[in-house]
Amino acid sequence: MEKPVPRPNADSAPFWEGCAAHEFRFQRCRDCGKAQFYPRAVCSHCQGRDLEWLVSAGKGAVYSVTTVYRGPSAAFKDVTPYQVALVDMDEGFRFMANVRGGEAEIGTRVRVIYEERGDQTIPQVEIGG
Amino acid sequence: MKKAVITGAYSTRVGDLQGATCMSLHTEAGLGALADAGLAVADVDGLLCAYSFTEPHLMLASVFAEYIGMQPAYASAVSMGGVTACMLVMQAAALVEAGYCRHVLVVTGDNRLSGMRGNAVQALAEVGNQQYEQPYGMTIPAAYALVAQRYMSEFGVTSEQLAAIAVTHREHAALNPKAHMKSPITVDDVMNSRFIATPLHLLDCCLISDGGAAVVVSAADAAADLRRPGVHVLGTGQGHTHEYIVAAPSLTDFGCKRSAADALGRAGLKPADIDVVEIYDSFTITLLAELESMGFFQRGEAGVAAAAGELKIGGKLPCNTHGGLLSYGHSGAAGGMFHVVEAVEQLRGDAVGRQVEGAELALVHGDGGILSAHCSVVLGRA
Repeated sequence: MEKPVPRPNADSAPFWEGCAAHEFRFQRCRDCGKAQFYPRAVCSHCQGRDLEWLVSAGKGAVYSVTTVYRGPSAAFKDVTPYQVALVDMDEGFRFMANVRGGEAEIGTRVRVIYEERGDQTIPQVEIGG
Repeated sequence: MKKAVITGAYSTRVGDLQGATCMSLHTEAGLGALADAGLAVADVDGLLCAYSFTEPHLMLASVFAEYIGMQPAYASAVSMGGVTACMLVMQAAALVEAGYCRHVLVVTGDNRLSGMRGNAVQALAEVGNQQYEQPYGMTIPAAYALVAQRYMSEFGVTSEQLAAIAVTHREHAALNPKAHMKSPITVDDVMNSRFIATPLHLLDCCLISDGGAAVVVSAADAAADLRRPGVHVLGTGQGHTHEYIVAAPSLTDFGCKRSAADALGRAGLKPADIDVVEIYDSFTITLLAELESMGFFQRGEAGVAAAAGELKIGGKLPCNTHGGLLSYGHSGAAGGMFHVVEAVEQLRGDAVGRQVEGAELALVHGDGGILSAHCSVVLGRA
């Protein structure tokens, strides 16, 4: 059994194409100026439709983190325990990732790295930065 | 406006119910609630159902109506996770208050334990966002654990305090012959049970059970001749902030704040007026966060209160007097309905062996997703 591979759609294709090029793309609203993640066709802050794609510097801090001892499926059994973190990126948006290269706690600085999985590239974080 | 009252309530056995099906549990619960009210199937003009994992029908209310031989004037099925039961009660109350229905049967049930051969955990994991959460092995316990870590960091909640919540639920379940898990546990037992996702141990997590539960919500003017005095639906409210934990605006404040404020406000009450609460407890942290977000305790005080026994029957705020999802049982949407049925039993004085003396006002609360969708229902004794 393989770990889940993200299935991009029209909203998210630019993000996943960016990941394939090891580039973390996120959206910012040209109307209200706020960043958002995950990518959508609308700004979730002001409902503006004029969104631009920017490239993140790939650095942030852990907002919360848990160490998972029971995974959701057999695909994760071999890698338990593993950490799942919510990461607040310096550009003002949040995303989820596994932590590589050590154990993170709330506030730990992390940087984005990339994992090849199936036909996709998914962002992860490692300690440092 | 007509007033809404709960005229019938029933819950099936819970646990590992070999031979039960989603529809057989719906039938037992639905007919049980109607018998409790003194109503026949033909008296029902509204039918509300939830959803099922073992029989994932698109139109569960139509499936159940056909199964049991009912042709209601109004039928709907709602799929909103753990908040569904409270939402159905709110919707049923709105239907009778608006005059569309006289007697609405609200039915939930699923054989989630025996009918899924241990695959319930994997099925529940698919609740996460396919692109932005599932690839990371996020589970529902992991998502609640992220809340717990943040809560501990900001407000000093301890694992011992969370464990005390689990212990209190087990003590209540031990007073309830129907509960799924009745064997006593200690704080040490909870702390020494294996980690599921830090800081949550196995005994911080709810059960997976087979079971069903139903209520009848009637217009007060149609309820005068029924078997039992109706329990008044005094106020209801909802609150919604997100679906996925990755997009939650806060990990410590949730839609329960608004749902409880609206429900209590519509009832003309405040948290301190409530005698007994039946609040969604998918995990120990769920209950703690909701008690504080809803205003029953100040920040950082619910855990202290739990450790001091204030959530026990006889304590300052008796909570989940049937044993909750943690120890009574959790059967999908019926898990939330067990809380509703327990509140009705408390307000009728029927909770033998676990009765909160003089209980006149109860608040029932459900939460769906990862503290995503909330509904509160304030009930009052006849």
